[in-house]
Amino acid sequence: MKGRKPVRALRLGLLAAVLLVVPFADHNNAHVDFLANAGAFVLLALGLNIVVGFAGLLDLGYAAFFAIGSYSYAIFASQQFGLHVPFWIMLFVAAAIAALFGILLGAPTLRLRGDYLAIVTLGFGEIVPQTFLNLAQYTNGPNGIGSLDQPSLFGRPFGFSATPYYYVVLGLIALGIVAARNLQHSRLGRAWMAIREDELAARHMGINATTAKLSAFALGAAFSGVAGVAYAAKLDLVSPDQFGFNVSVLILSMLVLGGMGNVAGVIVGSLVLSFVNSFLLPQASNIAHTAGFTYLDFTNYRFMLYGVILVGMMLLRPAGLLPSAKRRAELEAALTDPALAAHEQTEYEGAHAR
Amino acid sequence: MRAPEPAFFELRNVRCAFGGLVAVDDLSFALEQNSIVALIGPNGAGKSTVFNLITGIYRATSGTVSFGGRSLAKLGTHQIAALGIARTFQNIRLFAFMSALDNVMTGRHARMQASLADSLLHTPRQRREERRVRERARELLRFVGLERSAGDDAHNLSYGSQRRLEIARALASSPTLLLLDEPAAGMNPREKDDLIALVERIRASGVTIVLVEHDMKLVMGLCERVTVLDQGRKIAEGTPAHVRADPRVIEAYLGASDP
Ligand SMILES: Nc1ncnc2c1ncn2[C@@H]1O[C@H](COP(=O)(O)OP(=O)(O)OP(=O)(O)O)[C@@H](O)[C@H]1O
Ligand SMILES: [Mg+2]
Repeated sequence: MKGRKPVRALRLGLLAAVLLVVPFADHNNAHVDFLANAGAFVLLALGLNIVVGFAGLLDLGYAAFFAIGSYSYAIFASQQFGLHVPFWIMLFVAAAIAALFGILLGAPTLRLRGDYLAIVTLGFGEIVPQTFLNLAQYTNGPNGIGSLDQPSLFGRPFGFSATPYYYVVLGLIALGIVAARNLQHSRLGRAWMAIREDELAARHMGINATTAKLSAFALGAAFSGVAGVAYAAKLDLVSPDQFGFNVSVLILSMLVLGGMGNVAGVIVGSLVLSFVNSFLLPQASNIAHTAGFTYLDFTNYRFMLYGVILVGMMLLRPAGLLPSAKRRAELEAALTDPALAAHEQTEYEGAHAR
Repeated sequence: MRAPEPAFFELRNVRCAFGGLVAVDDLSFALEQNSIVALIGPNGAGKSTVFNLITGIYRATSGTVSFGGRSLAKLGTHQIAALGIARTFQNIRLFAFMSALDNVMTGRHARMQASLADSLLHTPRQRREERRVRERARELLRFVGLERSAGDDAHNLSYGSQRRLEIARALASSPTLLLLDEPAAGMNPREKDDLIALVERIRASGVTIVLVEHDMKLVMGLCERVTVLDQGRKIAEGTPAHVRADPRVIEAYLGASDP
């Protein structure tokens, strides 16, 4: 153990150094721009992983909190209402607002499990962007809110380069990783795991399932509140169409691809999908165009591709690219011993089981 | 004159019905602190239902359950656990994909202080507490003879080990009342002997124990008092020898298809 610590620190330091010099080494602003956007999705994936991966609550409307975070920034830091709360403060404010909505969404769903929970969160994911669309007198409806305040640091505005956003997002991810890992290895993290495995038994351990689940919703939402602020400030615009069901599915696909419940896996999954989205598909389309297939636009097949990835993963590597040991064991058991993995959460403990 | 001390634990005229089926009917009994009593009866008599009533999984249709003079009627399962009532399950309900150590540490949840912020930030006091709880969990694993399985996932343990792990997990909360639902089920005779010794040591540490068990040898060896249920009603109560000679008990067991 002791001997490996310096090695780990060295590797981490190396990784940090590489990430820090990327904008200097690579003068192509498009690449840095891509990384900054992808970083926002890493944050989203880390947040959703708390809800789905740690606590086992299937949330199909996670983009709603992304919307709430983004719109918070648009409302509190633009000409729209003449409010100009600084970006750095908005990171906290939006995290708190999103967390609050996480609790509001969570509260009515506490009794629901599995499919039912998924359906309610799906509904929530639809309602939130619709609400921003319909509150046109405040949000400009489909046009969205533009000309958001530029963040600035020590009086220097970020400007139109992606580089400062890249660093901000990088810093947020670092904090997010520490937070996620701390949570995982704590009293609360164990409580989530216990609830995921057997809620009735968990309650017998003195775990308040209600507050544990609500904290998962709140913390997960807070991540996307932060991501929303960074994303909105960088894009300089928020509009309701950025936060549809497809975004929720995209983030969930990142978890499935990378390995639910595993922080490193989730990061890899989200980077891979962002890369596919922003580079691979447009490039493939370009190549097709130059080859004369002008009607081919692969970016239109984005969701088909996600579908293929999801199905492929389920068949080939169901626990994800970098699975957590626990998930892998669960899945293996599911394949060999359905009774063990069924997680039948009966309220009918011990009743005449023979 | 002094008011009588409230019983350590008491069920009074408790009834629990599921639709038309009365699983527990007008049941009363009290426990003295640091006693060990058995709750026996044929299959379907309502033994597990009594446990579920105590831990707040089921609610009594009428009657009261009280612990240290305090009614449990309005408390949730997690609150009842925090009062110091712990249990094991007839159908083992470990956290199957968590390590044995994590299972026991989770059992300590109610006695831990770490807040959400502590968990998020790993504050010094959070670290101290984690270290202490991990140490204690290891001790408990040693206590039940599982120290070498600390890192193994619960579902990989043998049946008998799983039963002992459930006991360690229950003990992690330092309970004053421990409910054991058929802890010897599926154990071989050697494991049963170990279990008897284990339960005796738990009792010696000051814990009050209610034991639901079909194995009469175990019951007779461990318990000074036995309560017999049949079809939700108490049909006998007393010392093991007394109960065994009771004609109603004999009839209940002979009348049932599976004695
Ligand atoms: N949630 C429930 N809904 C309907 N009936 C129930 C429920 N829980 C228990 N019962 C019924 O109550 C009766 C008592 O069941 P219980 O599990 O308490 O028996 P038991 O004494 O523990 O039996 P065993 O020795 O088989 O474990 C049974 O007829 C059972 O079917
Ligand atoms: Mg039973």
